[in-house]
Formats: sequence, C-alpha cells, structure tokens
Amino acid sequence: MGVENNELEKVIIQSVMEELARKGLLSQKGKDHMMSAAMMDTPIVPNLQSEEMVTFPPQEEMQIANPFNADAVRAMKKLTPARIGIGRAGTRPKTMSLLRFLADHAVAQDAVFLDVSEEFLQRMNMMSVQSAAASKDEFLQRPELGRRLSEEAAKSIAEKCEKNVQVQILIVDGLSSSAIEANIPDLLPALMQGLKSSGIKVGAPFFIKNGRVWVQDHVASIVNCDVVISLIGERPGLGTAESLSAYMIYRPDENTVEADRTVISNIHKGGIPPAEAGAHLTDVIKQILSAKASGVKLNQQK
Amino acid sequence: MILKAKVYNKIFAFQSLKEVMSKANEEKSGDELVGIAAKSASERVAAKLVLSNLTLEDIYNNPVIPYEEDEVTRAIYDGLNLRIYQEIKSWTVGYLREYILDHKTTGENLLHISRGLTSEMIAAVAKLMSTMDLVCGSKKLRVQSHCNTTLGIPGTLAFRCQPNHPTDSVEGMLASLKEGLAYGSGDAVIGINPVEDNVETVSRLLDTVKNFMIKWEIPTQNCVLAHVTTQMKAIEKGAPVDLVFQSIAGTHKANDAFGVSAAILDEAFALAQRKGSATGPNLMYFETGQGSEVSLDAHLGVDMMTLEARTYGFARGYRPFMTNNVSGFIGPETIYSGREVIRADLEDLFMGKLHGLPMGIAPCYTNHMKADQNDQEMGTLLCAMAGSNFFMGVPGGDDVMLSYQDTSYHDDASTREILGLRPLPEFEQWLEKMGILENGKLTERAGDPSIFDK
Repeated sequence: MGVENNELEKVIIQSVMEELARKGLLSQKGKDHMMSAAMMDTPIVPNLQSEEMVTFPPQEEMQIANPFNADAVRAMKKLTPARIGIGRAGTRPKTMSLLRFLADHAVAQDAVFLDVSEEFLQRMNMMSVQSAAASKDEFLQRPELGRRLSEEAAKSIAEKCEKNVQVQILIVDGLSSSAIEANIPDLLPALMQGLKSSGIKVGAPFFIKNGRVWVQDHVASIVNCDVVISLIGERPGLGTAESLSAYMIYRPDENTVEADRTVISNIHKGGIPPAEAGAHLTDVIKQILSAKASGVKLNQQK
Repeated sequence: MILKAKVYNKIFAFQSLKEVMSKANEEKSGDELVGIAAKSASERVAAKLVLSNLTLEDIYNNPVIPYEEDEVTRAIYDGLNLRIYQEIKSWTVGYLREYILDHKTTGENLLHISRGLTSEMIAAVAKLMSTMDLVCGSKKLRVQSHCNTTLGIPGTLAFRCQPNHPTDSVEGMLASLKEGLAYGSGDAVIGINPVEDNVETVSRLLDTVKNFMIKWEIPTQNCVLAHVTTQMKAIEKGAPVDLVFQSIAGTHKANDAFGVSAAILDEAFALAQRKGSATGPNLMYFETGQGSEVSLDAHLGVDMMTLEARTYGFARGYRPFMTNNVSGFIGPETIYSGREVIRADLEDLFMGKLHGLPMGIAPCYTNHMKADQNDQEMGTLLCAMAGSNFFMGVPGGDDVMLSYQDTSYHDDASTREILGLRPLPEFEQWLEKMGILENGKLTERAGDPSIFDK
C-alpha cells in the first residue's frame, strides 16, 4: 500500500469515527483504540530475498560519546589491539561491544568444540583417522589420549601409508578445527609442491581428529619416516580462531622431549599467510633433513 | 582415626587421609585426570562424612606430603603457632565448620585460630562447605595490607589495572592504562605481564608506569609480572619496583618447575626491603591457581584443592601485599566448566583468607573451557559478596597478550556500584580530583582515556 493510500485511509477512518462519536455511538476509549489501529503502519513482511544484513561497526570506530580529545582516542586505538575507546552504557559495555565480544568468543568456542567437516575432508581427498580420545570432552580433559592413535587408526596407518618416506605430513585438528579449514587449502599444496620440487619423498598427508602434538611420535613409529610434521590448530584467542602451528621433529623416539621439536606458529591470514608458510616450512624441513636433527639440537648446529 | 563411613546401606572404606581429602572434593576435571576423584556421588559424601569426624590433630599427624621431602610442608609446619594449635587440636573438622559459621565467631577470632591451622586443615574444612557457607566464612575475614596504599579496608574494592600488550609496546600499554584509570581501575596495582622476560623490557615498563604515576600523582603501586629473578636483576640495576611478583604452587616439585624456592623468595623479599621503591611493609605479590601442580605433573597424588591451600601456607610467611588466584587460567584438563571454576574461586578465596592472606580473585576463563562470560560475571559477583579484596581489570575483558578473558574495566565499575563498594580511599580522592568518580559513581567524563591527553 502506497503512502497516499495510507493517508487517505486514515482520513476516512477519522471522519467515520467523528460521525459515530457525534451520534454518541463511540466512547473515548473506543475512539483511542481505533485511532491507534489506524495509525499503525502496514504490517512488515520480512523480505527474505533482501541482501541487507546487520553487521558490526568497524572495530577501529571510536565509541565514546563526547570525548575530551577524539583524535587522541583514535590514535590510542591504533596502538593496541586491546578493546579500548569502547564507551559505556552506565557502567556496562555498549550493546555492540557486548555483542562483538560474544561473537568473538562464540567463534573461538566453535573452533574448539566443532569438528573439521566431513565435506572439507572429502574435498581435500584425505584419509581421516582418530586419536585415542573418542570425543571432544575426552580430548580436552584427558590430554594423554590425544597424544596417541586409536587402535583402529594405528591399524589403518600401518596398512595404507607408505613406509620409509623422508617426510610425513599430518593435519591435526588440535584446539581449532577452524584453523584447519581456513589454512590447509592454501598451505598444503604449497608445502607439497615445495617438497616435491626439492626431490624430497613425501608420504600422502592424512588427517587426525582429536589429536595433540605428541601424536606425531606415534605416527612416526609406524611409518618410519625421517621427519614428521604436524599442521595443528592453535588454542583460539578472541582476536583470531584461525591460527595454525607447524611442529616438526626428526625421528622421534621414547627419549624425545619438547625441546626436540621445531615450531613455527601464528600461521593465518593476519600472521604468516598460509601459502607463504608453505615455502618457509619447505626450507625448514630441508634444514632438518640435512642436519638430521630438529628443535634445540638443530639450532645448536646452525 | 576412623576412615570408614556408612551412607545409608552402603559402606565406604578409605586407605588414607590423602584419599579422603581427594574424594571429599566437589567434581573437578583435574582430580579425575589424576584418578583420585570420588567414583560416585555417594562415595563423595562418604568421604565428607569421614572428614567431618577427623580431628585437627589427625590431620596434623598425617601431612599429605612428608615434612622431610618437601619445602612447602616444612614452611607450613615451621610457621605454625603451636600454642594456638594445642588449644584447638581436639576439634573435629565438622566442628570447625560450625565454629567458622557461628554468629558469635568474629573475623578476629578466625584470624587468631588461623595461626594454629595447617593448610591441610583449612582445605579439609572448605571441603565440607557449600557455596553460601564459603561466602559466609569469607565475608567475615578481612585482611589488610600496606604497600604504598592500604588494601582490604572494609567497604572498599580495589582492582589491578592490567594493560598488557602483545609486543610490550610502551605506547600501547599506556593507552590501555589510561582507559583503565578512566574507569577507576588500578588502585590495587598497575601490573603488566611482559611478553619478553628480560631485564630491559621489565625495566622499561616499570619506569614508564612509575613516571606516569608520578606525573599524574596516582596513589597506587607498580609491578611487572616477570620471573622473580628477572625482577631482582632489574631492582639491582635501579628499576623502581613497588611489588615483587611470583607464581607459586603447593609442592616443592612444582615450585622447582616454576624456578622458585624459599631461598629465592627470601632473597627477593630482602631485596625489595632494601632496594625497592615502595613504603611497605608488604612488598610481595603472589599468583596461584588450582591445577598448576597437575599441569606440571608435580601433584604427587594430592588433590588440587589441598595443594592450593598448601600454596597459601607457603605464601603466608612472606606477608604479601596481595595474593591473586587464577584457577580459571590453567585449562580444561584441570578445571573444565564454568561451574567448576566458580566453585574453585570461592574455595580459594575462603582458604586464602583463612590463611590470613589479602586475597583477590581472577574469575577468568580460557577459550577451550566450557565456560563463558555469564559464568565469569556470576563468579565475580559471588566473590565480591564474599569480600574479595580485589579483582583484575582488563580492557573489554579480553587480554590480548595472555589470550584469556578476565574481569573488564566495566565489570570493575559495575561491581563497585552494585554492591556499594568504594575504591581505596587515597585512590578515590584522586579519582574525584580527576573528575572520574563522584559519590562512588562514574561521572559523565569517566571511561574516556583522552582525559590524560591535555
């Protein structure tokens, strides 16, 4: 209904009611009620095809009403990723600050508690196995279970994976499935290509669900590779839930300690971009292979 | 010592006091992980029943970790007032709970018997206490301390302003500090966790904060939460240190892993007295948390709550200015859910206070726990009602350096206004002078960091 029609309708209703009131057929209360019904806009029908949506204002936007020095607040916001210059409603955060915080936490929680999707694994054409942790709850509360393969996984790897390769690549969900889905599509091809063009023999990469860093030692003991590298989701912060780490170790055994691993962390689009990380990791693996050592032992040889 | 109990038609027998102590705990994932938690709800109650009937003397005679083997046990036993202990040693743990809650028992009475209680006795009684029990007990206990200003005055609630920055940028840190001060946060301490644990970084941050305090005449204390040995080197090089910080734990083995010992802390305390920049007499700032011994594999089969009490037993000899509990920071393998962390916070607040410590709480959480902002806010209000001396203050509740969530500057101001609590007196005067606070409430101009950019 157009605006003109709407106005016309109001005029008609009003004159009818005035007529009724003159004849004593309408109480004041009834008149008020009917008038407010007439004033109501046309019922809003949601347009499901619309591209319009509700989003957060830019993070750098200054949210303080009447600041002493608005430019100073804007400059401060550039100096730190901390949530400052965000204003307040009484003593509480403004609605958008509250909702942004909830959104960031929700994204972080989903990264931890949701699994890497089946669709993603199919698209990457990767074998998928599981650690000894049967569920996310168990994975989070019993760290030792995530550090070894389930019996079924150990059996599949023994049957299907190529043995005695130089490098075995593992994709491990760790504490962020989002980090896997966000980075692996660019990182893995870059890494595979880098290693192959350097003439390094690489086993087929596969995925381990509910895995921790140490699970790579268990895999290495089965496939007997020189270097095992895990691309594993980091614990999400509120800033990003997509950060990935690469842990590499040369021939782990029962005497292996944490310091024997070489770690490259902060791989994500806001840190080391995934494609770039592929080239960088190729170089690191070449160093590990030629030094026959990783971690602190590798650094000592440099 | 009776270690057997009947709960209706079921009989439960325990092998040791250590087993009773762990099984009497409320559910926490760390005790499950170590394999020492009660196997059923009935067994948990049976353990509480056995514990309620034990005397303080039974506990004294059965330390969970032997005196000869552990420096923390030695600190607890050597620091005990034997005369007071003799007077109360025949009390059962169940009686001690009722004594604590009795209307006739004052906070002063509790601080008196505190000197005759070992950490294990304090842990034992807290295991028999429900949420409201813990709040009632904690509320009675008020412990004051003095560094440059006085913390813990009745009717006050203070905050550590925690302006951390992911690359230790001095300018970035100052931006967060200004925002915090503009919300009235920072009277307990301005305390920064550095990324780089070296003398140069630590000294730079200490100097910057101290100069800011002098320029704006802010009555508070400064601290940079590096390893204690780094801070000691900074003091030796002339850096202004009001408070010396260190994380500590409840076993000798865990403290070894932290690179700390009684000898190092003695030296640090002596150095702070000789070359520190504060008035004192309280010059130390400790942080503790249930589960640190589990994550370091240094728990020796003792439950997390008892180890936390032992940590307080170790701390009290140093007369700290503040002891802050961060149980929610350790991780889901020790404390899994919002429910578990709220319980731990209340236990720790009570146990710390009954040790005579000036306690504060960080009702915090990490992103891999099943906890959220609602849990944190409930924990904060409960601990504030229980008379926590202080909380943290983090911009927007999001620590961008340590990647966890803690009480925000907004939460700090809210908690004060909800409960009618005031900043520490000197700091309140300063806030009024700055036009940030009026009659205990934020003014129109509060929350604006640019008031420091004239």
